[in-house]
Order: sequence, then structure tokens, then C-alpha cells
Amino acid sequence: MKLGVLFSGGKDSTLALHKAAEKEEVECLITLASENKESFMFHTPNISIATLQAEALGLPIIQKTTAGKPEAELKDLEEAIVQATKAFGIEGVVSGAVESVYQAERIQRICSRLDVWCFNPLWQRNQKALLEEILAQRFKVVISGVFAYPLDKSWLGKELNTELIGKLLKLEKTFGLSPSGEGGEIETTVLDAPLFKKKIEILDSEVDAKGNSGIFKIKQARLVAK
Amino acid sequence: MILVVDMNFKRDSLGVYEFVAPILAIAEEIENCVVRHYLEVTQEDIRNCNKIILSGTALKDNVTLSQPDKFEWMKDCGKSILGICAGMQTIGVVFGARLEKCWEIGMVQVSTLRANPLFSSSFKAYALHNYSVQLSPQFDALAESATCIQAIKHKRKEIYGVLFHPEVRNKEIIQRFVNAL
Repeated sequence: MKLGVLFSGGKDSTLALHKAAEKEEVECLITLASENKESFMFHTPNISIATLQAEALGLPIIQKTTAGKPEAELKDLEEAIVQATKAFGIEGVVSGAVESVYQAERIQRICSRLDVWCFNPLWQRNQKALLEEILAQRFKVVISGVFAYPLDKSWLGKELNTELIGKLLKLEKTFGLSPSGEGGEIETTVLDAPLFKKKIEILDSEVDAKGNSGIFKIKQARLVAK
Repeated sequence: MILVVDMNFKRDSLGVYEFVAPILAIAEEIENCVVRHYLEVTQEDIRNCNKIILSGTALKDNVTLSQPDKFEWMKDCGKSILGICAGMQTIGVVFGARLEKCWEIGMVQVSTLRANPLFSSSFKAYALHNYSVQLSPQFDALAESATCIQAIKHKRKEIYGVLFHPEVRNKEIIQRFVNAL
């Protein structure tokens, strides 16, 4: 079955892509760049890197910019999926939804309207196990956004590793923080993963943070041999 | 031992992560489980288990509904069965019920109609289906939403069906099935 992956460039959509590629044919990535930082649907601090990630994966990418207004952004997503069905003959869509009924419901509704398959291979996964699988598969992931107390700029740009996961799990116990960022507490950017033919090297970046909210902006990056 | 039947359109499909693994994660905390694709369930699997859970499937996956002959074992296996979504629809088809269009995606309000060991009162549940089952004479309706029947039970057998997905926001229903029946 030919599939398109809803791709933000973060850890969840990249892991979902890997699971889909094990079972079916991934034909393209579908990326929505939201101009609304508060969007519940599309979380994309470094969405401009998606093109580079697609190149690293050797996959075509359909990119669409959305104003990110609730419901209107869903129309934009629907149009992007239609574009992918026409351009690449995809029969279904894969998302990295884990816990969010809000996200999953909306993607399922769009797929149902378009009569395409919808797969969510991370659905209901234990968050600790999810983070551990990402490390076990040797993903290179950096924290590219923090949006909740007590996270601050010291987390931005840090690479996800065993120590960082341990800290996130402690914050789950103390503050009820979702360790994999299911509540939008953290966003991530993947720089390398098993299906990447090349890895991403960051050449220039900046941290833009205030209090418990901030982003790690990759200003310039390139692909290098693995 | 709980037999979890993978109802997805093919063996080892991408749907397993979404529709089988979450059930397994809940049931395995209580009892050992074995997973079999519906085309590979053997008499020995059925003999060796205490209870059986039939998984759901992707919204576009209705393959089992045209293959009731693959589930004839349900009729006289003597085991408690819980069918989830496509699992409930398949139970209905196997016992001669007709399907009716019922398109629900997202959280729905479910009202209990008849006392049962799995749930009570009114609660919200995650729905993902195109069809429900019309009630056949052999079954009671246990619950409904504003749109259609949400849960059924065979009148004489411990065979239950829930149209919603308890593995998403109502995990206790699977725990009760594994523990109590």
C-alpha cells in the first residue's frame, strides 16, 4: 500500500515513518507549516528543516503553509493530502499521534472524507517506552521547543539521551509533565535516524526564549555523510 | 491465557500497532496473552485460552465482515469473548445480525441500557466506526449513543461486543473483562 506520512520533522512523526516503512511503501512526506504558534494540530518550530530531512530520507515532500486557524488549517491539511494522492498515488496517511484524541479524530475524519486509509502506529504507546525506542533506534533528536513550567532555555538544543529522558520522567512525577511532550510541553527536531541516508549538521542556530517558553531555531544546516 | 485476535486485513499489518498493541498492553498487565491473526486461530489456541478479545481495525478495513465463516468457532467455543469495534461488528455478522450505517469518529457519549459487569451509567468513549449492528434476537443491547447501539451481549453466552475503543479512554473495561468474567 502506498502511504504518505504527515511529517513535522519531530521524533514522533519520524518514528511513525520508520514503522510505516517496515510494513508498506512510503511514497512521500506531507508537511504543514503553521503560522500559528498556538496550533493544536501542527507543531513545527523548525519546519523549514523538513525539506532537508526529506532530502536525507530520499523522499519527495509536499509542503503547505497554513495560517493555522482552527478548522481552516484542517482544510489546508485535506488539500495537501489530496495533492499527495494525485501526485504520488497514495492510498493512505500515517500520523505520529500518540495520545491526542483531538489530533487523531481530525486526521481520521479527513481520511474518511477522502476515502483513504489512516494509520497511527504510535497510538496509545507508553511514553517512556516510546522515548527509549527512539534512543534504541539511534535517532539523533534535539529539543527544539519548550512550552511549559519548569522547562526553560537550558533545555533548548539539548540532544535527547538517557540522562535527559531521566530528567523528563522526574518532571512527570513532580509536575505532571508529559515526558514525550504529548501536551505540547516540548517539541523536537530529528537530525538523524536509521532511514536517513545522510545526517543533518547544524551550522548556525539561535535560542529565542522567555521564561518557560522558547524555541531552538536552526538557522542554517546541511547534509553530511553518515 | 488471553487470546487476542488480530482482526486487521492482513497478518503483521501496520494496523497491529494501533489496534492490537494497546489492548495487549492493558491485558498483559493482568494475564499472559497470545496474539493470533484471525486467519491463523487454531482449535488449540481456543482450547488453551480462558478468554478471547477480538481487536478493532482501521476505519477502511472491513475485511472480516465478509468472512463470517472464519469465525464459526465463536458459536460453540464456550469461552468469554469481547469484540471491540470490528470485533463487535464481526460477532454480529457471525450470529446473523445486519449491519447499519453509523459513522462516529471521536469522543461520544455512551449510555448504559442494561446492567453488566463491564461498565455502568453514562460515560464518554472514543469511537471510530462506519457501522453498528442491528440487534438480532440472540443479543441484548447493553449501551447506546445518540446515533446507534454501542455494546451488545449474547443472551445465553458470555459474548460481549463494544463498538467504541475502550483501549483509548476506558481501559478499565478491558481490565474488568480480563479480571471479572
